[in-house]
Amino acid sequence: MYVADSRAGAPGVTASADGVARPPAGRRRAAVAPTVLALGTVSLITDVSSEMVTAVLPLYLVAGLGLSPLGFGLLDGVYNGFSAVVRLVGGHLADRGGGRHKWVAGAGYALSALCKPLLLLAHTLTPIGLILAADRTGKGLRTAPRDALISLSSTPETRGRAFGVHRAMDTAGALLGPLAAFLILRATVDGYDAVFTVSFCVAVVGVLVLVLFVPGASAPPAPSTKPKPPTRLTPPTASAPPTAEPDKAAGPAAPPPVRPTLRAALALLRGRDLRRITLCALLLGLATISDSFVYLLLQRRLGVPDRWFALLPLGTAAAFLLLAVPLGRLADRIGRRRVFLAGHGALLLAYAILLTSWHGPALPYTVLLLHGGFYAATDGVLMAAASDSVPEELRSSGLAVVQTGQALARFACSLGFGAAWTLWGDRTALMASTTALAVCAVFSLTALRPVREAVS
Amino acid sequence: MTLRNRILMLLAAVAVLAGVATASVLHASARAEQRDQVQAGGPKVTAGRITLTDSGRMVFRNLAWGPHRDELTTVPANAPAGPRTASGVKCLRFYAASGTGVCLQAVHGAVTDTYRALILDAHLKETARYDVPGIPSRARVSPSGHFAAWTAFVGGDSYAGTNFSTRAAIVDTRTGKLTPSLEAFRIIKDGHVHHAADVNFWGVTFAADDRTFYATLATKGKTYLIKGDLKTRTVTTLHTNVECPSLSPDGTRVAFKKRVPGLAKDAPWHLYVLDLGTMRETPLAESRSVDDQAVWRDDHTVVYALPGDYGADLYAIPSDGTGKPRRISTAAVSPAFVRP
Repeated sequence: MYVADSRAGAPGVTASADGVARPPAGRRRAAVAPTVLALGTVSLITDVSSEMVTAVLPLYLVAGLGLSPLGFGLLDGVYNGFSAVVRLVGGHLADRGGGRHKWVAGAGYALSALCKPLLLLAHTLTPIGLILAADRTGKGLRTAPRDALISLSSTPETRGRAFGVHRAMDTAGALLGPLAAFLILRATVDGYDAVFTVSFCVAVVGVLVLVLFVPGASAPPAPSTKPKPPTRLTPPTASAPPTAEPDKAAGPAAPPPVRPTLRAALALLRGRDLRRITLCALLLGLATISDSFVYLLLQRRLGVPDRWFALLPLGTAAAFLLLAVPLGRLADRIGRRRVFLAGHGALLLAYAILLTSWHGPALPYTVLLLHGGFYAATDGVLMAAASDSVPEELRSSGLAVVQTGQALARFACSLGFGAAWTLWGDRTALMASTTALAVCAVFSLTALRPVREAVS
Repeated sequence: MTLRNRILMLLAAVAVLAGVATASVLHASARAEQRDQVQAGGPKVTAGRITLTDSGRMVFRNLAWGPHRDELTTVPANAPAGPRTASGVKCLRFYAASGTGVCLQAVHGAVTDTYRALILDAHLKETARYDVPGIPSRARVSPSGHFAAWTAFVGGDSYAGTNFSTRAAIVDTRTGKLTPSLEAFRIIKDGHVHHAADVNFWGVTFAADDRTFYATLATKGKTYLIKGDLKTRTVTTLHTNVECPSLSPDGTRVAFKKRVPGLAKDAPWHLYVLDLGTMRETPLAESRSVDDQAVWRDDHTVVYALPGDYGADLYAIPSDGTGKPRRISTAAVSPAFVRP
């Protein structure tokens, strides 16, 4: 279940963005841009493909190839750090020359697709590890440009909903993937080759949908907002004269007046809003223990039967799926900051419940609902919030910076939590994270108070 | 390109890809029939009765193609390549001693597979069943038949799930009392109580006293041979770089797989025997990497599985480091030798 570490969730500063606050012409506020639906479809299809492989991989290694998969764990940390760096590169590449979001994202999707048939050829741990690393590189490459496309193709006041729709579709794919894989295994004998082949075919369809149905240019920011100069948060020093009008035509053609540089992307952090969002995402990320630990705590402390263990991530995903759109809409209405913080409130509550001695049968459902709700209230909402503080020509890099900061923070938290568990035991470690989360949430509560809260 | 054309292009591509996908599924499912056919030159397998108290026999999981694939099967221990008698009971992993068997099974569900451990009596009748939290890999029964143990791989939860951990469970077959994870035991490592979130246990092997067992403990990137005590629920580290220990019938030595530097990352293990009295290691004369928990046929011979044409083959080798490996059975895995 990949709902976990890689994604973002964070603060909902809804723009100090002037033009943003007042929806100029409330035209079609209910609809989600076709580009968002197209990207949601791409993500859904791609997740079916990748989760098919994820679901059967352990089985394939142990039952199919007769390997002990333990050695794999060692490589995992390396991949995680690598993926975070790749994300920055993907974000940067997508911004360079403007309008390349689609093609950088497409390259990422294509790279992951190509990894699937390669799995058929690899029969030992080392090549399998390399293929999975390439797969993650593809994922790292595509995430920021894709989120930039979503944000660029929706109006600022409906961004929360747009991200909500996207995340819901994405999660639906993640739920369907394992189902598809096990249906294939059911219908075949040791049909891992069939799983990988089907996964490849599905991934190719995803790439095709992207190529055919997602507009190539960093599309005009959306019907209702006039292309406005990104005055607000333009980095004080670098680059970006406030022009950067979106280039029409698709593709890498038509370079914009500014060449967004890495320095310009980092200079974004000098802007008050993005800096605060990133800071809060980072701090809260440092107090967000990884999903595996949540499931482990749920199982150990509260006696979830072994046979349900594998289903725990599905519970989180289902809650995420159901709540992503409503919470995204809510974020648009009452402010992303509030929803984002409320999401962390839900997480805090989940931790607190894990600390109590309550053993009721409703317990796992409650914790998983809160956990999924946390993702629904933070994952897309953070991107929506961050979008408001990043000028269009640096959108992809800006989002990548926030995502990377958060991902690294969560990775650090995993390591720290593991160490704390070792030193003090799981209960004390959880107590510590709960306290840290509460402190960070209170800090964020003040830090994220926008200059002007943009309630629409 | 017009929308119409784009849709047509997508449909065409989807049709082609669906064809490829369907073909691959059909191809893989056609293997089912193939596997139900008896392979030419393979061992002869017939249905029959199996008792776990018939001494001088080897009971194992039959991997030979045909109608009895994956079933528990028996052959005379002194003629392991001969005709096989199949029981109709399917197991992924199996072990037995003193008329008690443990059979780790997959239960095919609609959405996902689950796994369980069956405790079997001498006539392979199920006497108890337990959920197993992941893909099962090792199974053992104590020489008395009073305890059974198994290990499962529990998958990670993150994208491209490459985090694996193991859980080793022990059950008292007389009372049904289950210890779902050895992580509940107190760990004494190098003389100190050791707490860590990253501990993993696997590969339990029992001594004859119904109290002592050995297993692998992994923590902080190292593996240890541990000696466990079922009464005090304590495990103590004895030796490093030991995986999947297997105690000899006389209780003096442990056969194990050792991670040897310089070997390929995916095949890093050589078989060794450790003398528990002197803590001296003896490498066995097997040059291939072995990823199995070996079984002692008697006090002088160790049997283990290596990948083969039909899944796995069984090999035997002297436990004193001499001789060379001899293939005793093809298409077989998880053997148990029934002793008098």
